Amino acid sequence: MNRTLRAALACLLVVAAGASQAQLTIEITGGGGNQIPIAIAPFQGESQLQSRISDVVEADLARSGRFRTLYTGPQNLNEASTIDLAQWRARNADALVVGGVYPASGGRYDVRFRLYDVPKQQTLGGLAFTITPQQSRATAHRIADFIYEKLTGDKGVFSTRIAYVVKAGPRFQLQIADADGANAQTAITSNEPIISPTWAPDGNRLAYVSFESKKPVVYVHDLATGQRQAVANFRGSNSAPAWAPDGRRLAVVLSRDGGSQLFVMGADGSDARRLTTSSAIDTEPHFSPDGQWIYFTSDRGGAPQIYRIAAGGGPVQRVTFDGGYSATPRVSPDGRTLAFIQRAGGRFQVAVMDLASRQVQTLTDGPRDESPSFAPNGKMILYATEVGGRGVLAATSSDGRVRQRLSIPAADVREPAWGPAPAN
Amino acid sequence: MKRILVALAAVALVAGCASTPDTQEPAAVEDRAPGAVKPGPATEPIKPQVIPSAPITDPSKDPRLKDPASPLSKRSVYFDFDSDAIKPEFVPLVEAHAAFLRQYPNAKMLIQGNADERGSREYNLGLGQRRADALKSRLVLLGAKEAQIESVSLGEEKPVCTDPTEECYAKNRRGDMLYAGEF
Repeated sequence: MNRTLRAALACLLVVAAGASQAQLTIEITGGGGNQIPIAIAPFQGESQLQSRISDVVEADLARSGRFRTLYTGPQNLNEASTIDLAQWRARNADALVVGGVYPASGGRYDVRFRLYDVPKQQTLGGLAFTITPQQSRATAHRIADFIYEKLTGDKGVFSTRIAYVVKAGPRFQLQIADADGANAQTAITSNEPIISPTWAPDGNRLAYVSFESKKPVVYVHDLATGQRQAVANFRGSNSAPAWAPDGRRLAVVLSRDGGSQLFVMGADGSDARRLTTSSAIDTEPHFSPDGQWIYFTSDRGGAPQIYRIAAGGGPVQRVTFDGGYSATPRVSPDGRTLAFIQRAGGRFQVAVMDLASRQVQTLTDGPRDESPSFAPNGKMILYATEVGGRGVLAATSSDGRVRQRLSIPAADVREPAWGPAPAN
Repeated sequence: MKRILVALAAVALVAGCASTPDTQEPAAVEDRAPGAVKPGPATEPIKPQVIPSAPITDPSKDPRLKDPASPLSKRSVYFDFDSDAIKPEFVPLVEAHAAFLRQYPNAKMLIQGNADERGSREYNLGLGQRRADALKSRLVLLGAKEAQIESVSLGEEKPVCTDPTEECYAKNRRGDMLYAGEF
């Protein structure tokens, strides 16, 4: 019976690898202070490629909120040109990017660029790539990463990916897209809800909760092979997966002993060990980047607030005290900041706490903000919000000054998770 | 021939499903089967009883589950905001299902707890679980077997009503008691 049911349910699930038609579109609002004025000249010969490299680089840098892109007009410059930097100084550019695209053997192209510090009148270096035409966007993102890191000192996140859930009619799709919303692909489609996707540190696997068997079950899904495994399917509910930084263990919430309690187990589902013992709801575990702590939401004090416990077990410490409702803790990659959802005046908003000073700052306006997720460089926070009764994704700089929105027409987008930096 | 084999297998399967739980519960504490006669005082005349021709052993075939006049035809218990307390008006419904589970030790129930959409999805999953657990505890307290009931949560993910109104939220703060074949 059970097996038949499972087979029938499997039929409802379509594992698709093809690109989805629904494309995330991005809208940027607000603007930060101290933006670096940068001129990105059209790359010589770039019209040979499907995506113009300079356009993608410019959009990436503008989206970060840390750059103001200057209109260059038509130029005939490449990385080998002699540049009149005084002229660019007069146009108030602090940085200039020039480059070119050149046909190479076997249908490939060479892409080269150079970055200039205009006030200092010197080059900050450049890179050369040999690419297939399909790699033009990915190459542009790597160029943007290089420029971003040279000029801000922080790692770029333009080559990363995001995961999110799209609800279109009765169907739920777990999708993966580039950080700019391009190249959306569907990892799985289901007629039942999917929530809480979270990236393994290797960037190749996702853990998530699927309701395909009429109850919440935690799955681990290999993106390259499309293979998935139910890793927590105990009696009762199984939810809220969180990866340990080593990628070998998962924290999960199980109700198998009654209530909703934290457990830690192998990422293959082995050896589930109970971590918290309360009569409250303990949920939304999240490992600190050093793996020492698990932050979580608990209503043991009457209303949901954020607590933490040593990953190996021990006494529980309360972390948030303000407001009647704090939930969904996410520690920044440098371990210094906690992002979470706080209810204030009936609105659910993204807030950040400086973990050293315990000072809290509200970053967003709500009213229905959910699921904050740090970019791997800690500079942006992706979250779910609602506009006109429809779910959209939004991102805010971690100082709250710049915001952007990512939406898919005629669909609800929710449960975003920013993936790790790609291994180089 | 092949078709007959399949049919035979199906019959065996159904028979197996129905009979296995019976053998697991050999010692009933109370005998409430119709026709059981309690020994009364010797002077009292004995009432003749009629034994029904074929007692129903498959709980899903019990007509009361679909009879609108029976409390057993109802499945949903509604909860107040942030509460898992079973309100007095739902106690008779829970009692009726507990009696049904006692009557059919082979009956299996899935309780799906639900929450309204406000707040964190995972915390709402916890709230739905708390409601499902509250219903399960009450049913067990009323004599149902723990092993008959699985309590799970759908959190805010399966709303029956999607308007952002209090009336709608109240419909989604709900526990559904479902028997095998109903979910």
